[in-house]
Amino acid sequence: MTHNPRPVNKKFWTPGVYVMLAFMAAGAVAVIARFTGGIGYVSNLSTARPWGLWVGVDVATGVALAAGGFTTAALAHIFGRHAYEPVTRPALLTAVLGYTFVVLGLMVDIGRSWAIWKPMFNWNPNSVLFEVAMCVMFYLNVLYIEFLPIVAEQFKNSVRLPGTLALLNRPLEFLLQFADRLLDKFMWIFIIAGVVLSCMHQSSLGSLMLIAPTKIHPLWYTPILPLLFLTSAFSVGYPMVVFETTLATTSMGLADEMEILTPLIRITIFTLGTYMALKLGDMMVRGTWVYLLDGTYQTNAFLIEIILGVIVPWCMLLSLRVRQSRSLLFTACSLIVGGVALNRINVFIVAYSPPVSHSNYFPAPGEFLVTAGLIATLMFIYRFVVTFLPVLSGSREVSV
Amino acid sequence: MNINRRGFFKVMGAAGATAMTPAAGARAWESAAPPDAFGCLVDLTRCIGCRKCEEACNRVNGLPAPEISFDDPTVLDTRRRPHEKSYTVVNRYFPGTLDTHDQLVPTFVKLQCMHCQDPACASACIVGALTKKENGSVYYDVGKCIGCRYCMVACPFEIPAYEYHDPVTPRVMKCTFCFERISKENGLPGCAQICPVEAITFGRRDTVMALAKQRLKDNPGKYVNHIYGEKEVGGTSWIYISSEPFEDLGFPSLPDRPTPKLAETIQHGLFSYLWSPILLFGVLGGIMRRNEKKNVHGKDKEARHDA
Repeated sequence: MTHNPRPVNKKFWTPGVYVMLAFMAAGAVAVIARFTGGIGYVSNLSTARPWGLWVGVDVATGVALAAGGFTTAALAHIFGRHAYEPVTRPALLTAVLGYTFVVLGLMVDIGRSWAIWKPMFNWNPNSVLFEVAMCVMFYLNVLYIEFLPIVAEQFKNSVRLPGTLALLNRPLEFLLQFADRLLDKFMWIFIIAGVVLSCMHQSSLGSLMLIAPTKIHPLWYTPILPLLFLTSAFSVGYPMVVFETTLATTSMGLADEMEILTPLIRITIFTLGTYMALKLGDMMVRGTWVYLLDGTYQTNAFLIEIILGVIVPWCMLLSLRVRQSRSLLFTACSLIVGGVALNRINVFIVAYSPPVSHSNYFPAPGEFLVTAGLIATLMFIYRFVVTFLPVLSGSREVSV
Repeated sequence: MNINRRGFFKVMGAAGATAMTPAAGARAWESAAPPDAFGCLVDLTRCIGCRKCEEACNRVNGLPAPEISFDDPTVLDTRRRPHEKSYTVVNRYFPGTLDTHDQLVPTFVKLQCMHCQDPACASACIVGALTKKENGSVYYDVGKCIGCRYCMVACPFEIPAYEYHDPVTPRVMKCTFCFERISKENGLPGCAQICPVEAITFGRRDTVMALAKQRLKDNPGKYVNHIYGEKEVGGTSWIYISSEPFEDLGFPSLPDRPTPKLAETIQHGLFSYLWSPILLFGVLGGIMRRNEKKNVHGKDKEARHDA
């Protein structure tokens, strides 16, 4: 299969881009407020509810939804299914951006953003968060290294800086060529490392909440929480690829890539099925199904998560008609993406109820603005990068 | 990108050597509670709610002056929690017992960090800014803190508070067990020293535990048969005895299992000497090499049979 990614040759300033800019501006205002008035000035976080929207969405959901990066890399590069290479680049870009924004989100959330480097020198091997942080740090570097060849591909043999900067043309050209050749030799190390690091921190994100047995609702608190997080990350990888490929190809008028997505999503039947079996089995073994019909908002959030986010889309994917229909496949995959996102939000926010102070939490407008601003910036950069770098398969671009 | 044979075995050799470094591997979880820790016994039957302990705590720790004076008894009309400007608070409860004039008898409860024997906050802390010291205090080193607030997520007593309104250098704020004071010979925590009715007894944890048991034994029927903090979350340095059931006094019912045990067991089981990541790296590397070879020999059967 010829796989020929190209920069998308389309107009950049569309109405959608202006909408993103508006959200970015609003988010910027909230971030400025955060760094002048403090976290308490823009958020509803408290002693009893120290983690909220920023950790639940920007960090936990962000990491989960970036799982397309390592799952496609594993499939195409490690398991040798080269037919799927066209989706590895957009998935890699999503992962690069996703993880970059996880770190940016953390910078807003942690009280001493300037001290974010300290875990590198103050190790606490007992801390799940320490392991997650180390993995995310290394993985972010691995992702940038994996992305470098795409930059090199576009600019090598064509470094033409204007004016006095032209002096840098030769050295830059040399650097790109050198990096490209060197990386080609060692890239396998980074590709495998990326998958290993992902497995480690995707699962450990689930272990994070095991330290709070009295605060997490029993429907979610289980010793296999790390396994559930890992299998759900495996499950959400390809649906996320379908989700974003469909959105990107629609909004930029490219070929729909169904001939790759249809076979790709078959793997998800197995991974999502495993996740579903583990989740339902865990509920049966621990007897937590007794809570299911008690009507609290926590239980209802669990029901939505498991029925709409797991069972319904899994059943949909069993049908070949769904896998071959662009709109039905997009619907099923959106449900899976939404289901995993809701799972992260549930574990970190909804399931969390402090038994001593019974403190309630709903995110403040400032928290929503920061999160929306970060997501808009991510989308803006994605759009920018695919416009100028060879990420999307442009060979079968259709005219509109 | 191709994975060459020599390169692969070089990397795996180095990784294997790291994993083989002399090691007992993952051991069963053990408590790291210091053997000679200090503790405090709070006898709730003695406390009269004078709030002198709050005042002393405020003074010895240099905390900001309170909005309402320490002498104002109306403060007790609302239930309070320790917060970033006060490490300890006293609350009043009416669990239902009546005196001879049919008046409800109040019970006063002093709250502060319990200084767990195996603190969840210290296990959780990403940088080890929180540590259980030999003298029993759970000590906070602001110099390491990054402000992730995972300690607050972890604490089963919901004690650590945060300076949410400091934009750049916020601190986690909680009782220090007067670490500096009790490190000195015959030093007492500010609250224990001031208490006019000896409701707070400071000493070796073993000693105050024995004292608590003695009081329960010597006064049959006076106390409920429960020393709060003896077994809760694996034991705490601060322990309580009371004539009223603890669940009527705002104390959370907690399991005896030390809070960090499950997470630490899983973490060390999976990641001791990085055995699982190294193994996974090796397996994936093997698969990758095999598939590369297949491709070179042109036997690649592509994923066409799918769909």
